[in-house]
Amino acid sequence: MSTPPPRSRPLAHATAVTEAALTGADREALAGRSLWQDAWRRLRRNRAAMASLILLGLIVLAAIFGPMISPYDYYTPQWTLLNQWPTLAGGHILGTDNLGRDELVRVLWGCRISLMIGLVASVVSLSIGVLWGTTAGYVGGWVDSLMMRIVDILYSVPFIPFVIVLLVLFGRELILIFVAIGAVSWLDIARIVRGQTLTLKKREFVEAARASGVGGFAIIRRHLIPNLLGIVVIYITLTIPSLILFEAFLSFLGLGVQAPMTSLGVLVSDGVADLQSFPYLLIVPSAFLAVIIYCFNYLGDGLRDALDPKDR
Amino acid sequence: MTEPLLQVRDLNVRFTTHDGTVQAVTAVDLDVAPGEFTGIVGESGSGKSQFLLSLLGLLANNGSTTGSVRYRHQELLNAKESVLQQIRGRRIGMVFQDPMTALNPHLSIGRQLTEGLRHHLKLNRRDATRRAIDMLKAVQLTDAERRLSQYPHELSGGMRQRVTIAMALICEPDLILADEPTTALDVTVQAQILGLLRELRSRFGTAVILVTHDLGVLAQVADRVAVMYAGRIVEAGTLDDVFYRPRHPYTEGLQHAIPRLDRDRTQRLPTIPGAPPDLSRLPPGCAFAPRCAYRMSRCETEIPPLDLVDPGVESGHRKACFHQGALGKLATEHKA
Amino acid sequence: MLRYSLRRLLSAIPTLLVVITLSFALLHAAPGGPFDSEKVLPPQIKQNIEHAYHLDEPLPEQYLRYLGQVLQGDFGPSYQYRDTTVNDLIAQGLPVDVTIGGWALLLSLLIGLPIGIFAALRQNTALDYGPMAAAMLGISLPSFIVAPVMILIFAVHLHWLPAGDWGGGSPSHLVMPVLALAAPYTAYIARLMRGSMVETLSSPYIRTARAKGLPLRTVIWAHAFKPAMMPLVSFLGPASVGIISGSIVIETIFSLPGIGRYFVDGALNRDYTVVLGITILYGIAIIVANLIADLVYALLDPRIRYQ
Repeated sequence: MSTPPPRSRPLAHATAVTEAALTGADREALAGRSLWQDAWRRLRRNRAAMASLILLGLIVLAAIFGPMISPYDYYTPQWTLLNQWPTLAGGHILGTDNLGRDELVRVLWGCRISLMIGLVASVVSLSIGVLWGTTAGYVGGWVDSLMMRIVDILYSVPFIPFVIVLLVLFGRELILIFVAIGAVSWLDIARIVRGQTLTLKKREFVEAARASGVGGFAIIRRHLIPNLLGIVVIYITLTIPSLILFEAFLSFLGLGVQAPMTSLGVLVSDGVADLQSFPYLLIVPSAFLAVIIYCFNYLGDGLRDALDPKDR
Repeated sequence: MTEPLLQVRDLNVRFTTHDGTVQAVTAVDLDVAPGEFTGIVGESGSGKSQFLLSLLGLLANNGSTTGSVRYRHQELLNAKESVLQQIRGRRIGMVFQDPMTALNPHLSIGRQLTEGLRHHLKLNRRDATRRAIDMLKAVQLTDAERRLSQYPHELSGGMRQRVTIAMALICEPDLILADEPTTALDVTVQAQILGLLRELRSRFGTAVILVTHDLGVLAQVADRVAVMYAGRIVEAGTLDDVFYRPRHPYTEGLQHAIPRLDRDRTQRLPTIPGAPPDLSRLPPGCAFAPRCAYRMSRCETEIPPLDLVDPGVESGHRKACFHQGALGKLATEHKA
Repeated sequence: MLRYSLRRLLSAIPTLLVVITLSFALLHAAPGGPFDSEKVLPPQIKQNIEHAYHLDEPLPEQYLRYLGQVLQGDFGPSYQYRDTTVNDLIAQGLPVDVTIGGWALLLSLLIGLPIGIFAALRQNTALDYGPMAAAMLGISLPSFIVAPVMILIFAVHLHWLPAGDWGGGSPSHLVMPVLALAAPYTAYIARLMRGSMVETLSSPYIRTARAKGLPLRTVIWAHAFKPAMMPLVSFLGPASVGIISGSIVIETIFSLPGIGRYFVDGALNRDYTVVLGITILYGIAIIVANLIADLVYALLDPRIRYQ
């Protein structure tokens, strides 16, 4: 007859009361709001997440367009301008590096490459993971058991040594870096997606759809994927920073992108070498790195709060 | 007239949210005498659960309360946490709706039963264990000793609810607050739990406030009934009064909405037209007016006070309605 | 409980085999062998050396031979450092990593857990946002940024601590490596604990505990702590291995003789046995750590034991 009354949650934040309390005449108005609109409204209220979104947008724009409009490039050495400190006058706002190259352009290029690596690697990881997870969850039975056993086993494989070996042995192609980094992290998303698929499979609306004759693929497309989309978005947002950091780690070991191409990881490693004399060479890329990581994390947290199924 | 155990005066509960202020409970007065079984009935969203939680200061962080809640002359509303901690569990116990989530899955039953005893009554482990076993027997759980070392997930729903009732009663409080204790259970178990509550009440003399959306539940156990709508009490009285002589249109509507075996089955189930109001946007007058078959123009602008049904006759039966005299419209419409 | 443990143990065996096999296959799939180094050897000598190391046998045979050896605990000889076995190298380097990693783990738990709980109890106040923002910083700045800065400040400018070297494990040599290693883990643990605690505290059974009149102290430690720890236990499994193995960076910066360096050198020099041996070692460590984590998990949550 009636749904359970709103539950109060002590010591926790309590927007849950709103949802149940807003009954009655407003039900019609609320019915028009889809899941995504709801989530967007919540996200908008989260100031940290919105600030992060804007900041990230600015950085991406700068990374894309900055190098284009700058008179300097990232690879041509200028032997007369080695290691210039940042100055507002004279064009090199953030100084130059040990080969006289403009630091600002290099950092923006670094952002480009790092963000690209993070994004592509996340997508690689996501694709493998989602495919694996949904298949295992949807097909079920022994296929599911087998696939998840493989995941369990792979969890114990020390991936970092593997990636290092891969890169040392097969060369440092950019593509290999993408794939190697991406392949390291698909296990988590596979497990999560598989769990979610299992839950969704049992939910009544899937049974209802099947009962009314909707075929398998249509079910996947119409019911499973929209529900998984939320998790996927959150996952990407939170994986990109960790993959960027991993690439930085590889760069430090000398296994990252090859010179003169640069990433934030390479810039930071180079900056460490000259720390005592030219600290700005470390500070600038570190600051960009930190800001990017912060933004992705706060955005990811905000998305998670906005899309949290538990509040429903 | 014995001194009331609990006296609630003009209780208001408000929640501040992003979408505005939600007025969950408005101007509620309630008296509970020792040993008395009071039922509060209302739809979901009527504020009845929040009412119970506010008595013990267990509202969410965005809730605020005004008014007065006196337990034996001690003011509970907005009291300090240390004061409330002495009352909770020890003097006033609470039973929650869903026994699966109300019990901690990581702790054994015995642990959850005895911790209250050891904290409030300072019993040592042996005595506490013995009391726990006695309590489990009192709530009619078989195999009481074994239950102590079991975990909540090993028990069925009905058994778990018995455990939560045992937990609420174990320190022998004067009053139990029960928030829809049977809603999550199936009907046969429901009847058993209600019977248990009745029996425990006569055995321990505990007063009970039971909140539910199901009138039928109250018919089996309550002495007095209060009907809640949109955060206000719209009718209150003895069980007989409210059931057989309802004087508020909402109560009448509730009664007629109950499916009956002797009704003509070809007719549609009667319902109360419309839907409950949004508690963040309450209308200026009586909140039930839009759905009321007896409404007058007055109802839309004034809020009817909760007054005696027959002025001058102190029967304890009150209604918040401007309509005078008995009701009866619905009965004629849906006669078998 | 016993059955659960045995089952977990049994499933570790195929895992180990997979680790060994994958590592072996990967190494031998790459172009080049261990003796293709800078020095161009006369073909005859090269052949002899390869024969001595059984490298001219067909792969499956090499694999089985290696497997047999490993199962007896012998990782074979190092190709770079003649006269040294991999086991020797590991025995030399492992204590360093374990010491630093162990202290770092302890430190990160001792600092991270309380901060996380503290922040959770003051949710959405400045005392929550502040520590969490600081923790985020710890996560965003990798150790190879933090460590050199630390060296610059404490060793070069202030002369309080040595800039590097093992120094036989003396405390002053341990301070900076341990701190640098622990920083990101502390930060992560603090954030994880805070999130987990917040979520646990919103559970209905916490409200029941409060309704029983239990003091906040009891509610947190008796009711919330165990469930809140569960995500941390899952994290600590692989993390404890990571903290010991991820010290590759720390070892390089602080010039510490741990196995991370042998590993990277081995990879660069095609020292098969060293790379294989250390990889397998890490694999074993992860398996063991996961096993322990699973067991602790089952201890915390009774529902898992009964499956």
